[in-house]
Amino acid sequence: MAEVREYPAVWLQGGSCSGCVVSVLNAVSPNIRQLLVDPVVPGRHVSLRFQPTVMAGSGEVALSVLPGTEADKGFVLIVEGSIPTANPHYCMIGETGGHELSMLEKTCELASRALAVVCVGTCSSFGGIPAGAPNPTGSKGLRAVLAERGISVPVVNIPGCPPHPDWFVHTVASVLLNGLPGADALDDVGRPLEFYGRTIHEQCPRRPDFDAGKFAKKHRDSGCLYLVGCKGPVTYADCPTRMWNSGTNWCVGANGPCIGCVEPSFPDLLSPLYEKICEERLPRLACTTRS
Amino acid sequence: MRKIVIDPVTRIEGHLRIEVLLDGHEVKEAKSAGTLFRGFEIILRGRSPVDAQQLTQRVCGVCPIAHATASTFALDAAFGIGEKVPDNGRILRNLILGSNILQSHILHFYHLAALDYVDVAAAADYAGENDDLLAIRDFIARGQLGPFLPRYEGDYRLPKELNLKATADYAEALRIRRISHEMLSVFGGKMPHQCGIVPGGASNGPTASKIASFLGRLDTIRRFINDKYIPDVFAVAGAYADHFAIGAGCKRYLTYGNYDQAPSSAPLLGRNRLLAPGIYADGKVGKLDIAQITEAVTHSRFEGNGPLFPHHETTVPQPEKKGAYSWLKSPRYNDAVYEVGPLAAILVNYANGNPVVTSLVDSALSAAGLQAEALSSVMGRHLARALHAKITADAMFDWVGQLKPGEPHCAEWTIPAAGDGCGMVDAPRGAVAHWVKIREHKTANYQLVVPTTWNASPADDKDRPGPIEQALIGTKVKDPKNPFEVVRIVRSFDPCLACAVHLVTPKGEKLGEFRIA
Repeated sequence: MAEVREYPAVWLQGGSCSGCVVSVLNAVSPNIRQLLVDPVVPGRHVSLRFQPTVMAGSGEVALSVLPGTEADKGFVLIVEGSIPTANPHYCMIGETGGHELSMLEKTCELASRALAVVCVGTCSSFGGIPAGAPNPTGSKGLRAVLAERGISVPVVNIPGCPPHPDWFVHTVASVLLNGLPGADALDDVGRPLEFYGRTIHEQCPRRPDFDAGKFAKKHRDSGCLYLVGCKGPVTYADCPTRMWNSGTNWCVGANGPCIGCVEPSFPDLLSPLYEKICEERLPRLACTTRS
Repeated sequence: MRKIVIDPVTRIEGHLRIEVLLDGHEVKEAKSAGTLFRGFEIILRGRSPVDAQQLTQRVCGVCPIAHATASTFALDAAFGIGEKVPDNGRILRNLILGSNILQSHILHFYHLAALDYVDVAAAADYAGENDDLLAIRDFIARGQLGPFLPRYEGDYRLPKELNLKATADYAEALRIRRISHEMLSVFGGKMPHQCGIVPGGASNGPTASKIASFLGRLDTIRRFINDKYIPDVFAVAGAYADHFAIGAGCKRYLTYGNYDQAPSSAPLLGRNRLLAPGIYADGKVGKLDIAQITEAVTHSRFEGNGPLFPHHETTVPQPEKKGAYSWLKSPRYNDAVYEVGPLAAILVNYANGNPVVTSLVDSALSAAGLQAEALSSVMGRHLARALHAKITADAMFDWVGQLKPGEPHCAEWTIPAAGDGCGMVDAPRGAVAHWVKIREHKTANYQLVVPTTWNASPADDKDRPGPIEQALIGTKVKDPKNPFEVVRIVRSFDPCLACAVHLVTPKGEKLGEFRIA
């Protein structure tokens, strides 16, 4: 058997719905079985040590695999879900040796020692729906939390509610092959330009309808969905060309307007989801960060 | 007494902590606690009511469709259009919901529950030709076994060939559940978190190509359920037959039913469903009166003691409340503890003689050599879930044939200045209800009562433990260092904690404010 190098990864869940991990289970190539047990790129395997939704162990047995000591540094931290900051009890993630661990405390501790952090989904990237007004739990995206605490570690954001599995899996492959993405490979909110470089609107198959002024009056009609709330003009993602669920369909393909779920401004500045976007906000929406 | 804390309970959705006190080997006390709070109801207030269909799906990434369904039923009722939903729209909603129930049940048995019974390490010296098992063999040989190790050790009882078969089916089930999501996205756009279920019906209508695309996948999934899922449940049940005798719990069951056969604005009564709503307790089936639902917060991290009243605007989270141990509240029905989930749906419909259920359950019981009482157990829940999947897949096959391309799929609507609505349906994990109150065209209040709030609830105002807690109490734990029995009981309920934690939920008598038939 050829030599395979192991790359340990730890996946924590905070204020999440588990939709991100469920989306990653939908990965096609490599598929999730390959991702878990095979080398993702030749000679390099991601050893997913801690992932609460799929891991065999529970309780202390599960927590025992978390990198425990200061010297334990050779791992990538993956974070799903927002970080509630108003009170640690809003998200507790386990108990070990009689000590209860809060999401806030454990994430910061592990992030400070990790090689890099990958935020999966809009909640861990920017706060997402839990941080929606009035943000009852003081939820934030991880980058904002780390900045406040002066913790310096490379962070790659893979937002989306949920993200497309390719965006995560192919980012992992890229890191294994090429190392961490340089600043020129990420946009101003930490997203890989490869997936988030162009707006939905630029790539939309209904763009000719927009250009010809053929607008749907109800969001279940054919035609461009701009007037019924499509946020495609201010949303940076490749859904129209990548398509979802093994290329089966995507929101606009089912007459669903894009709701802008990959954006730092989701959901508040993009609401109401089914009403035409406020045009004077257009220039700044895409680069607005919640933090 | 010895205390075991299992935190986190993994292979469920969300953040669950279980504490049991052992006297010798027997569980004397049990505490089930939800440890995440997000405050969805507060976030929904003041937004456009139709946004609830999108936002409430994000309550749970495993069962978003149940929330999309309950919220659109509530919006249909509030908009006064429930009776106008065209047949195509009604059927497409059933197909989207059914697709996700299949996905969720398959995910639950293989990827969440099975590792408590199946020893993946059996593939270490595999010499056959199954690609998945060969890949797992090579993986084991490299010696980095996360996320499959470490784990509780000891009580793996399947013979080697069944371990290998179940491990191969675990890998195949990863593909099958993915195909279920593909099938859903044919009409739902994408998954998780679809956009196809909307007020008035469905966002897009059936076409020949969509029907064919849907049906091919349904056929694949249906074959898997019949040829792998159900036989694998029987195989595991055979080796762990004593698990038909543990984890019974409260033995009272409640279901909102599933799959509308006609359009309606009614929350429950007056809705004709393939699987009927109802309650089952003390050997008798009864009609469900939702005015009997109450909630306590005695041991929940919220101000007060409960029961709470709807629209109780002063209710606030109290993270460090004395005596509280959970973010879940304690829903009760008719002042008693009730379990929800596929087992409840099966038992209610078996007892009321629903022909879709009775012959299937009878043949399953006869094949397993069991009486119906044995279904109230760990293994009974797995069996009921598998039968629920089969009933769903078979019915979906018929519904696809009832779709009519070119005919309407959605009723017209506008957001009224004021309106109230309630939507109730069974999620993969059981009864879920949404209430919406619209004022000045906005959501003035939004409330959810969801399955795991019932099942994983803490003790109530009369100190009666919740269903999971009751299922644990009295259980003999053979090896307290490897408490298999505890996690098997908990996981048999398929807990979904992201759903379960909610702030404002209704007490019965005030439900009269909503549209109830």
